[in-house]
Amino acid sequence: MGEDTDTRKINHSFLRDHSYVTEADVISTVEFNHTGELLATGDKGGRVVIFQREPESKNAPHSQGEYDVYSTFQSHEPEFDYLKSLEIEEKINKIKWLPQQNAAHSLLSTNDKTIKLWKITERDKRPEGYNLKDEEGKLKDLSTVTSLQVPVLKPMDLMVEVSPRRVFANGHTYHINSISVNSDCETYMSADDLRINLWHLAITDRSFNIVDIKPANMEDLTEVITASEFHPHHCNLFVYSSSKGSLRLCDMRAAALCDKHSKLFEEPEDPSNRSFFSEIISSVSDVKFSHSGRYMLTRDYLTVKVWDLNMEARPIETYQVHDYLRSKLCSLYENDCIFDKFECAWNGSDSVIMTGAYNNFFRMFDRNTKRDVTLEASRESSKPRAVLKPRRVCVGGKRRRDDISVDSLDFTRKILHTAWHPAENIIAVAAANNLYIFQDKVNSETH
Amino acid sequence: MFARGLKRKCADSEDSPPAPPACSLQRQSLLDMSLVKLQLCHMLAEPNLCRSVLIANTVRQLQEEMSQDSAWQVPAPASAGRGPLERLVSTEILCRTPWEQQGGHSAADSGGSPAPDLLSEPPGAPSAQAPRGAPGCAWEAASPRESRGGFQRSLDQIFETLDSKAPRAAEGLFADVDGPYYDLDAVLTGMVGAKSVPGDGFETLAPTGAPPPGVSYKRDLGELDHVVEILVET
Repeated sequence: MGEDTDTRKINHSFLRDHSYVTEADVISTVEFNHTGELLATGDKGGRVVIFQREPESKNAPHSQGEYDVYSTFQSHEPEFDYLKSLEIEEKINKIKWLPQQNAAHSLLSTNDKTIKLWKITERDKRPEGYNLKDEEGKLKDLSTVTSLQVPVLKPMDLMVEVSPRRVFANGHTYHINSISVNSDCETYMSADDLRINLWHLAITDRSFNIVDIKPANMEDLTEVITASEFHPHHCNLFVYSSSKGSLRLCDMRAAALCDKHSKLFEEPEDPSNRSFFSEIISSVSDVKFSHSGRYMLTRDYLTVKVWDLNMEARPIETYQVHDYLRSKLCSLYENDCIFDKFECAWNGSDSVIMTGAYNNFFRMFDRNTKRDVTLEASRESSKPRAVLKPRRVCVGGKRRRDDISVDSLDFTRKILHTAWHPAENIIAVAAANNLYIFQDKVNSETH
Repeated sequence: MFARGLKRKCADSEDSPPAPPACSLQRQSLLDMSLVKLQLCHMLAEPNLCRSVLIANTVRQLQEEMSQDSAWQVPAPASAGRGPLERLVSTEILCRTPWEQQGGHSAADSGGSPAPDLLSEPPGAPSAQAPRGAPGCAWEAASPRESRGGFQRSLDQIFETLDSKAPRAAEGLFADVDGPYYDLDAVLTGMVGAKSVPGDGFETLAPTGAPPPGVSYKRDLGELDHVVEILVET
């Protein structure tokens, strides 16, 4: 598999008191566009970096389909909420691409409070031969102009221009955790801890509240929204997950305010595994519809689950990501790792699912063969174009040579954000401020 | 409150009922840890609501179990009947603040009125000024009664102490996750492993087994002892 790392410069310009100098470079979201040609990453410093896949060419076989930096721009700046005396972080929580409708690409990026629509255009020609201006743009002395010419478009070096087209502000009191573009390509939703709003892409001064779980008395608050997504094909359906481990499928045709779910997906608690941390580890950190629209994938602290939209009682598949942590929950609660929010992803054919873990490990589960693999994203363990070696965590007992023991896992190195190319076996894995892109060259066809 | 009661009990253990069960110690240390986490929420620039809610739910669950477990009724001398309720109130107050503070300021919020206090109050009770001036803050629970006034003063005192920490103390706590602090076994020994050393249950609250992860954490637990001591005096 090939590896392509994003080399971020050390950024000293941020004046915060952080342990890591490169804190602002920590990647906070990764997203392929609908064709997979572009890959966007957002970071804690509010920047977006877009990578573009180089077309495969016979002349340079080594750079077949590798991703290079296409554009970088500052999406969000830190702000201060004077009313609450709170800082609003510029960290990009989510990026979602709009389906491409013309030569330009568009994406939505959001921090805790504000969503922005960015338009990315290419310019590879420029006009030359103006009558009134010279090559540098200065006005010509008219007495020197003796004849008229028609300006001609001449090729130039490719320039990628990014401009903010819309700013959707003041829609959320709480922190935005998800955005999702509707299949109608006209609307999108944004979800915070307690509310979900529906926006029209062209209208920034108004949004519709479609879910509100804020209790009348905040004392009674026991559950928050953790993630939400529109159905890929049915523009009236969306799902949102909660901190209590439930999923609610809502139909916007039923009512203006979708507080009553159409379907509630919830797995009854396993009494044998009950502990004080049961609720915390059941909190769903990510939910993703399958490409087919038939299934949903959820991630909670220890497992990933596949749900069939037709069955609310329990998931149809459950995969253990790192069950060896079950006995360590107290420590993980103490150091706050138990609140880490891992994302999950489907491959293009919905046959393999992927999610991150600790020690820069990430896991893939093949739904058909029921086989799973643990891989590591790190410079030391992967050289460019080398095949990744499967890793294993041993829980005591017989230990093989390259096994890692549970107690030597590094909990500061975690893969929270992963993305899978919509069609091919290419994955993007973010580890702190590094982006790893792995390709499966041997078996390029999806399963 | 818990610390005091437990130490006394352990000192008497030679001639009195057996040492407290291990799971209760674990519950206790978990409760204390959770309260510290909730308090630290106030320090952060933007408390994470999901995290606060999950911790508060855990606290509630712990309290329910502890109050169900009759062996752990700590008889407060003056208000024996209200013992469990006091505990419930104290942690309820601590839990309330994170999202009261977060959501309560917004003008658009209709639910901006302060939540009714669990204890009954004379209708004309003046609300004390919350130290940080947060309108939705639960520290408004004040009454003309002497004990309640003392309670409020003590809370103000605590709040000041907590306030004086470096703004990013919590970040410092999280940042100290490298090295020995991440030795899970040592941490587990420090917290839960009190099974083997019942008398030392609360000495090991601060994980001295592993090198202290950061001054802030140890100080937090010391302050928590201070907090619960003050709360029990009412």
